[in-house]
Amino acid sequence: MAANPMYQFNVYRIGPEIKINNIDISFTNASLFMVISSLAILIIFNLGTKRSIIPNKIQLLAELSYSFISKMISDTAGSKAKPYFSFIFSLFMFVLFCNMFGMIPYSFTVTSHIIVTFVLAAFIFIGVTIIGFIKHGLGYLKLFVPSGVPMVLLPLIVVIEIISYLSRPISLSVRLFANMMAGHTMMKVFGGFVVSLGIVGGWLPLGFSVALTGLEILVAFLQAYVFAILTCIYLNDALNLHH
Amino acid sequence: MLKKIIFQFVALSLIFTYSAQSAESGGMPQLNPEFWISQIFWLVLTFGLLFIILSKFILPKISNNLETRKSQILENIETADKQREETEKKVKEFDKIINDTKVEAKNFFNSERQKVLEDINNKRLSLEKDIEKEIIKAEEEIDQLKKTSQEKITKIAIETSSDLVKQLIGEDINKSSLSAIVEDLSKKEMEKHNGI
Repeated sequence: MAANPMYQFNVYRIGPEIKINNIDISFTNASLFMVISSLAILIIFNLGTKRSIIPNKIQLLAELSYSFISKMISDTAGSKAKPYFSFIFSLFMFVLFCNMFGMIPYSFTVTSHIIVTFVLAAFIFIGVTIIGFIKHGLGYLKLFVPSGVPMVLLPLIVVIEIISYLSRPISLSVRLFANMMAGHTMMKVFGGFVVSLGIVGGWLPLGFSVALTGLEILVAFLQAYVFAILTCIYLNDALNLHH
Repeated sequence: MLKKIIFQFVALSLIFTYSAQSAESGGMPQLNPEFWISQIFWLVLTFGLLFIILSKFILPKISNNLETRKSQILENIETADKQREETEKKVKEFDKIINDTKVEAKNFFNSERQKVLEDINNKRLSLEKDIEKEIIKAEEEIDQLKKTSQEKITKIAIETSSDLVKQLIGEDINKSSLSAIVEDLSKKEMEKHNGI
């Protein structure tokens, strides 16, 4: 059973079954890692709020990530996106910490589940759409009509634009989910090879496994960054309509 | 290229293991909707709490810290600039004072030297006058001595010669004849001596 590379993605109940109105909201291993990630973020960043002119290491970490994300937002979405800073900061940190906790052996990767990433992406999609309509009213629909397009092509372009806009939550969620799942599956497969090839032939897949771990840590950071920056870009479309 | 090969290799092995074990596990656990509601519920709960706590309590503190640091650094730079300007001013003043004192000292030195030189000149002049006086006096004395010594020498010569004659002969000789001889001799000596 444990040799199955998909087994690591199994969700199972921890503790008693909790049901509200016949809906199962039991505490699972996924919930556990969500809680652990959130707590880790809160602890680290709370330690980083000390008031000192010369920061210590944790404070420096907190302040550097603050300015990193602040710069990312102002670069991609401009100064209008300032009010959404804390949301994007939480989003980036949550995804990053979930990805990173997933890198610990025998742990669970929250973001390797399509439902989690899809809920996040759908929330972003709906939120961005609402913001767009609030800021520009029905003028937000101009997003689907790029300027400078010949009238003949316009119906086709509008259809393509609408499809690409509607596929945003899917592409956003599937990107993160597929990356995390593929990476972890690959590591599990190579781990299985190490065991099955034994002491004679197991060294090569072991080396691959080590290299993949480094790659996966990079991917964990990169996917969190991509998730956050795509959110910024969508937000930019809603805030600064320039089609 | 390598990545592609690895990917194909993994995909192949995945298909193998997947087909071998799909019978017992039933495919991807991600697509099993059993715990979807639970995952959504806990995601909303944890992420919501995380967002609220971060945005209400932690992030304002961090941004506050960053801003106070920035403003403090700016303030420090400002005060440092001010102090530098002040020190430059002070250094200029200091240089000026040193220059002034140098000029003053030079002037003072020059005037004092002139005074001393004048003093020395005066003293030398008076001394020279004194010395000239003394010299004139001494010359006069020498002249007098020269005059008087001639007479004295002849007197002494006459006396000694009369004594000598008395001892030699045992008789007094007429003094006037003796003096005539001595004067004659001494005149000849003097002429010889003076080279006349």
